[in-house]
Amino acid sequence: MRIAVVMKLVPDVVEELVLSEDGKRLERGDIALKANEFDEQALEQALLLKESSGAELTVIAAETGDVDEMLYTALAKGADRALKLVGDGLQDGIWNAQYAGILVDVIADVGADAVLTGVQANDDLDGQLATWLAAGLGWSFATVVSGVEAAGESLIAKKEFAGGLTANLRLPLPAVLGIQASPEPPRYAPISRVRQIMKTQSLEEREVTAPAGSITVLSLRPPEKTGGAEMIEGDVQAKAARIAEVLAQQGI
Amino acid sequence: MKKVLAFIDVVDGQPGEIGYELLDFARQAAPEAELVAVGAGPQAALEGLAGADRALWTVADGYRPDLVGEVLTAAIVAEQPDLVLVGSTAVGMDAGTYAAAKSGYASIAYVRSLEPLDGSLAAQSVILGGKMVARVAVPDRTVLQVLAGAGSAERGRVPGRPAQVGTLAEPAAKASFEGFGRPEAQDVDITRHDVLVSVGRGIGDASNIELAEELAEALGGVVSSSRPVVDAGWLPKARQVGKSGNKVKPKVYLALGISGAPEHLEGMRDAACIIAVNTDPAAPIFEVAHYGVVDDVLDFIPALTESLRVRQG
Amino acid sequence: MEEKAKAVELPSVTIDGVTLPAQWNRMFEPRVINQYDISVLEETTAIPGAESLGYCYQCGKCTGVCPIDTVGDYSPRKIFRRTQIGIPLIDSPDLWLCTTCRNCLRVCPKEVNMIDIMPAVREQAVLEGKAPQELLTAFENTARYGNPLGEAPRKRADWTKSAGVEVRIMSQLKAPVDVLWFVECYPSYHPRGKDASVALARILDKLGIDFGILGVEEKCAGDSQRMAGERGLFEMLAEQNISTLSKYEFETLMVTDPHAYNAFLHEYPKLGGSYKTVHYTQLLAPLIDQMGLSQEVPARVTFHDPCYLGRHNGEYEAPRRLLEAIPGIDLVEMGRCKERSYCCGGGGGGMWLDSFTRDHTSARLSEMRVREAIEYGAEILAVACPYEVSRFEDAVKSTGNAGRLKVMDISELLALSMGLIPMEALA
Ligand SMILES: Cc1cc2nc3c(=O)[nH]c(=O)nc-3n(C[C@H](O)[C@H](O)[C@H](O)COP(=O)(O)OP(=O)(O)OC[C@H]3O[C@@H](n4cnc5c(N)ncnc54)[C@H](O)[C@@H]3O)c2cc1C
Ligand code: SF4
Ligand code: SF4
Repeated sequence: MRIAVVMKLVPDVVEELVLSEDGKRLERGDIALKANEFDEQALEQALLLKESSGAELTVIAAETGDVDEMLYTALAKGADRALKLVGDGLQDGIWNAQYAGILVDVIADVGADAVLTGVQANDDLDGQLATWLAAGLGWSFATVVSGVEAAGESLIAKKEFAGGLTANLRLPLPAVLGIQASPEPPRYAPISRVRQIMKTQSLEEREVTAPAGSITVLSLRPPEKTGGAEMIEGDVQAKAARIAEVLAQQGI
Repeated sequence: MKKVLAFIDVVDGQPGEIGYELLDFARQAAPEAELVAVGAGPQAALEGLAGADRALWTVADGYRPDLVGEVLTAAIVAEQPDLVLVGSTAVGMDAGTYAAAKSGYASIAYVRSLEPLDGSLAAQSVILGGKMVARVAVPDRTVLQVLAGAGSAERGRVPGRPAQVGTLAEPAAKASFEGFGRPEAQDVDITRHDVLVSVGRGIGDASNIELAEELAEALGGVVSSSRPVVDAGWLPKARQVGKSGNKVKPKVYLALGISGAPEHLEGMRDAACIIAVNTDPAAPIFEVAHYGVVDDVLDFIPALTESLRVRQG
Repeated sequence: MEEKAKAVELPSVTIDGVTLPAQWNRMFEPRVINQYDISVLEETTAIPGAESLGYCYQCGKCTGVCPIDTVGDYSPRKIFRRTQIGIPLIDSPDLWLCTTCRNCLRVCPKEVNMIDIMPAVREQAVLEGKAPQELLTAFENTARYGNPLGEAPRKRADWTKSAGVEVRIMSQLKAPVDVLWFVECYPSYHPRGKDASVALARILDKLGIDFGILGVEEKCAGDSQRMAGERGLFEMLAEQNISTLSKYEFETLMVTDPHAYNAFLHEYPKLGGSYKTVHYTQLLAPLIDQMGLSQEVPARVTFHDPCYLGRHNGEYEAPRRLLEAIPGIDLVEMGRCKERSYCCGGGGGGMWLDSFTRDHTSARLSEMRVREAIEYGAEILAVACPYEVSRFEDAVKSTGNAGRLKVMDISELLALSMGLIPMEALA
């Protein structure tokens, strides 16, 4: 099996999110980016598959920021190849539809018969990458997957629903998986090993052109500020009733 | 707006709440449009969907991701609706973007509300871990992934079946279904639950944990805790939230008798909605909470459980 | 059963004109020699840095002083013995319990050095993916954000907003300072750590000391990560800090954190960063006369020596001189103090192994220490290491002593007496 793990950088919400002057996007130069945490789960799942079934593993990321460290870390964890997609306009960030548009050719060239990526990312406003890719490639797929095993010409994927219910799915290869959680937490790459890899291994690069995006953001802003807790007053019944109402508003 | 499709999640024969919420959401956003419910599952799952004008249904069992994606695609191709609504759920994530890509529709995710915009619509999407709300123009022919809670299931659920039910032939699917797995009652993974009823030292005694269990049950959540509760052996270690426990991100986090020490906050401050109950109005937990109640948890918990039961009838 | 030789005990004996003191006299029994397969021990002592584990001759002196042995079954002697009989240290929970408090090294006649052994074997374990997840999270946070708490790097100087005095940031100041204050992570981010930072900033300001901080440019000094087995991470942080520090001119590097103190004294010089480094108590102690310690702080106070200020680096006096200078304070010493001081449990990575440690010990060291302070009648437990305020305050609660013992940084007590923070802080 040849596995491609597609990763992307997302805004790190631990850091301040700085808006651009026009208020329509984040000022990319002023925010911190990090690997999408679900992509890290996908990478771990792929590494486990590699260990159990001897797959070859290529990690792919578009250079929508400084992706080198993310890719070297993936190599340090055990990926065989790391492919950086470079091109004009990527640095401002791309939507998933555009990313999928780029990846369809790349994945064919890599010769992958399974693509693993995170089930979602904190910035996928135009839908999730895994399904954009599955539709683009015409492959079998599943999202919200929390466990994958190789079974000959198929993968057995465990898909999760709300409340812990799961479905076991047999997906014939080639297949795309949106990974929610790997059976093991993402392994730690010791810094000395990452630094060693940076000195001894290099990233492959490939020039790509992103298709146009199809989404128009009118504005971006923080949600209405709550400014500390809204304190509920009244007797205990009244307070409980109000909280019950709040819970209902949250869709619970 | 002439026509809206709402995709009804069906898992293991059971329609999810989200389907009713979408019907309500559609009615609120486009009262004049024809509303068509789409889904794959047993006929029985059509019950309660009478709020839709019509239904397009594929009779299918088990669960296959590409089947739901193809059913929605076929419905879109056949109906050419202006707007398609799917839930931001495990089923919606298989169906929504896939069908949009297949049918050449636009796709917008994490929508919590719609508003008018020059004769058309704009969607409000919650992104970046809840730290930003994006207003996005909704072009004609768009699939929206709508967040749970955006519509009211109570209003959306109308007894009976839609007046008209059309059949969609079961499309070919590559995936095959090999059965459902049920969670074991014992192994609770608090990081995977949407609702956490979290108790701290303020709960007082092991015997009071039961109150929290009852509340969690009424909410469809599970009980978690701060460290002292685990240290005392009142709950297993897997339930601990915080620096040296689990990092959780539920939709709702109820902090009951938890002071809000930094080591605890480290594990839960990203929860979408934090409700804190504490006898001390100066407890630091109120600084990160969205809603606060100053009260004795031993009085408040039973009152809330009761309130919820009343609401749920 | 075989008849055993009976030992005759004399204080001293003279044989052939040579006088032997009593300890020579004790070993009259024939010694049982066993043959062990010591390959596991050999593998362990082959790890560079861990050689001295092999020197142990089982005298047991360390067991009497190891804090972990008071809450578990632990000590270098036991670690050696277990390794000798074939239990690999690298796979054993023992590997993660040592807080690198250095008490064993103080008494060990054979220089079995846990301060070298632990980081060496742990580094191997980290490379082999055998470290507890809790610890790895702290490593990841440090690598990504420059602090183990996972807080935003850009908020590192936010605490200065509540200082009420000017705290200059070197990158904006563009001028030399006398004192560059290396604030460190817990004093920058932890609410109680920030309280101590504010107090210290006010004291420096009041004394007219020309000082600056690095602000967002500062990274964790990394010493505890090094002791916990992530040398690569330590080196990366050290390189970044050294390069940042090289941009600025300063006389003295003042640190709040004894762990940073240790790193700047002993480790940074090896990587090319040599500074005149002092702990804040050392900077302040000679200035007592200028401080205007006028307000009474009427309380019985005891002081917990931080392992990395005291045992590791020999500073016991500066904190005590400061405390003694505060009017009203009745300073009492706990039984385990100065070089024999107990450990708070936070060193050597213990700060990020709370759950792990709980699973393998009967109590937290911080809890044992808080009980000791209360036994000695203390109302305030004074500390001088930023790990300790959070650990001890938590322990005060978890031992059911809320309201009986207050935990305060020395800088807070000084600021109280100087009238720089309100007396309500004592309430
Ligand atoms: C290294 C380290 C790691 C740690 N890791 C964690 C961790 O992972 N998770 C964690 O939670 N903690 C952790 N802690 C402990 C942390 O510092 C706090 O001590 C702990 O979170 C306090 O728990 P609590 O809020 O339940 O208890 P308390 O702080 O004692 O708070 C109890 C609260 O309940 C309120 N209360 C009392 N009675 C009632 C009543 N009848 N009704 C309503 N309210 C009432 C009180 O006003 C108070 O605010 C860690 C500490 C350290 C030093
Ligand atoms: S350094 Fe301290 S904790 Fe570690 S073995 Fe020695 S005495 Fe025990
Ligand atoms: S003090 Fe040193 S020689 Fe003696 S038992 Fe401990 S480690 Fe071994």
